[in-house]
Amino acid sequence: MSDRPAPLEYNRLWPMRLWLAGVFFFLYSPLITLIAFSFNDSKRNIVWRGFTLDYYRKLFNNDELMLAFANSLTIALVTTILSLVLGALAAIMLWRFRFPLKGVIEGTLSLPIVVPEICMGVAMLLFFSRVVPWPHDLPWPLSLGAIIIAHVSFCFPFVAMVVRARLASFNKEQEEAARDLGASDWQAFRDVLVPHMKPALIAGALLSFTLSLDDFVITFFTSGPNTVTFPVKVYSMVRFSVTPEVNAASTMLIVLTVALMALMMLGQRKSNSS
Amino acid sequence: MDQLAQRTQDAAAHKPIISFRNIVKRFGSMTAVDNVSLDIMPGEFFALLGPSGCGKTTLLRMLAGFEVPTEGSVLIDGQDMGETPPNKRPVNMVFQSYAVFPHMNVADNVAYGLKIDGLPKDEIKARVQEALDLVQLGPLAARKPDQLSGGQRQRVALARALIKRPKVLLLDEPLSALDAKLREAMRFELSQLQQKVGITFIMVTHDQDEALAIASRIAVMHKGAIAQLGTPSDLYEFPASRFVADFIGSVNMFEGTLIKDGADEAVIACPDLAPYSVHLPHSAPGSAGASVWVAIRPEKLNLHKNASEPPAVPDCPPAHNVARGEIKEISYLGDSSIFHVQLSSGQLLRVSRPNRSRYEQEHFGWGDTVWVSWAGSSPVVLLS
Repeated sequence: MSDRPAPLEYNRLWPMRLWLAGVFFFLYSPLITLIAFSFNDSKRNIVWRGFTLDYYRKLFNNDELMLAFANSLTIALVTTILSLVLGALAAIMLWRFRFPLKGVIEGTLSLPIVVPEICMGVAMLLFFSRVVPWPHDLPWPLSLGAIIIAHVSFCFPFVAMVVRARLASFNKEQEEAARDLGASDWQAFRDVLVPHMKPALIAGALLSFTLSLDDFVITFFTSGPNTVTFPVKVYSMVRFSVTPEVNAASTMLIVLTVALMALMMLGQRKSNSS
Repeated sequence: MDQLAQRTQDAAAHKPIISFRNIVKRFGSMTAVDNVSLDIMPGEFFALLGPSGCGKTTLLRMLAGFEVPTEGSVLIDGQDMGETPPNKRPVNMVFQSYAVFPHMNVADNVAYGLKIDGLPKDEIKARVQEALDLVQLGPLAARKPDQLSGGQRQRVALARALIKRPKVLLLDEPLSALDAKLREAMRFELSQLQQKVGITFIMVTHDQDEALAIASRIAVMHKGAIAQLGTPSDLYEFPASRFVADFIGSVNMFEGTLIKDGADEAVIACPDLAPYSVHLPHSAPGSAGASVWVAIRPEKLNLHKNASEPPAVPDCPPAHNVARGEIKEISYLGDSSIFHVQLSSGQLLRVSRPNRSRYEQEHFGWGDTVWVSWAGSSPVVLLS
């Protein structure tokens, strides 16, 4: 009767603990190695030669890489905003209204999620080279247009799905109560529906931002010579050799993503508890 | 009772605050409201009572502006509402789920309507305080809705609607989400509140106890139409149809034939009561030979110990207004007991007796053969 673990107490069964340790090892040791070797004082990534910040210095002086970084952040930010608006509107439309071909539209909405990225990439390449050629010589933020459009197309369905799920729990009487108290349709939307959607909007934003920031495949096919993003740039650096500089760049990306995640989760918790 | 009558009389002197004129509402092929005309007077506590799907909620939502009548018109204080949207109508509503905004605290919930109207901050603050005091929520102003009990959330909904000083307050099943004990207390509070603020309350409910307890006037609805309109005691003592008699309170119903219909006497033969029949000291609706229903409330029936002769009923010829049967079941309810008496025809009679003393003088037990009797004024004769 004493201390024998119940069948579902995974954390107290030794095979499960071993399994857990294995998962952690294969999941995190590559990352830890990558981060550790970004501080390695050696041209090659094999033997530890001592601590240095040289590669970070090089990184920040690498104009091409910094531009790619700025591109990535800009694309992720714009993509997030557009995806939030489009995704939320799509979710509301599908939740609130009945119209012909609703099922079809709902189905096609999740298509970008299930279609293999490589296909999306090739399709985008063809689209932007043949159907709607996007000029590559536009001034800076506009030159990113093709990539942003591609990113929005696979990010906004995620937002729509999360928001849709959230809307299912909305009590429509709340919106009616707002209307009854004098609010116009728009005011009721702003004061009642949007606050209800907020956790989903935060989650959707988080998804969009990270999806966009580290997307490689689709971006690779839509980026031009002047519109290189961070992952694409890192890829091209790796093609020559895996230098600690690449490690440093990757570490930067990891830190940035994790920091953003933490920030948003913190914000979400705050808004939930207040 | 006097107060109710007084209120109703006062109300009659004014013009109606709400008028439904020949309202028809169809949803697709389904008719939810079927040609309803109804006037509600200022200061009334009016209840729309009926089973689910009878159209009562649709009627209320047409007042609030969430539904537009297919035919007919809705007048609020003499003004035809037409397609006026909900936010432009001088009525406010307390929703069934209370619909308190979860992301706002109590004070912000209550202030919402005034903020939308763009009132100055000072005035909003003063009126929020006033409204919260009215429903005794003052100390909880900073609470979030998820920290409130069901009863407190209802008070928030009440304060939030009343702060707009509506001409009419609409209540959709206001007590259905509360537990039994609290419901009882809130009934009283609702009528107190209504007297304090002095505006017309219109309540939708499927609970006849609730309607009888609170409302000054009730419209019983059935299949989209008004089955009967009257004060609670009117509906209970003078139901106009079997539906109303059955829906309000409980009732014993017998089918029968009017065999004698005089100016001050009527006799009805009911197969279930044979060999005895029903005697009334007044004339009955319908003419001799008509098929009628006799309805008698359980508390208007008397129980007598078994004897060879039926008990004598005052002002009534012998062997009338009596029945003999066996007690099949006794439900002890504390304040009263319900006896199910089975007649020889098989029909069950419900007899209610108050438990006046703590020790039963006359004991009636399971399986006892008993006589049941009633005064000639007790039965209601119904034609439909």
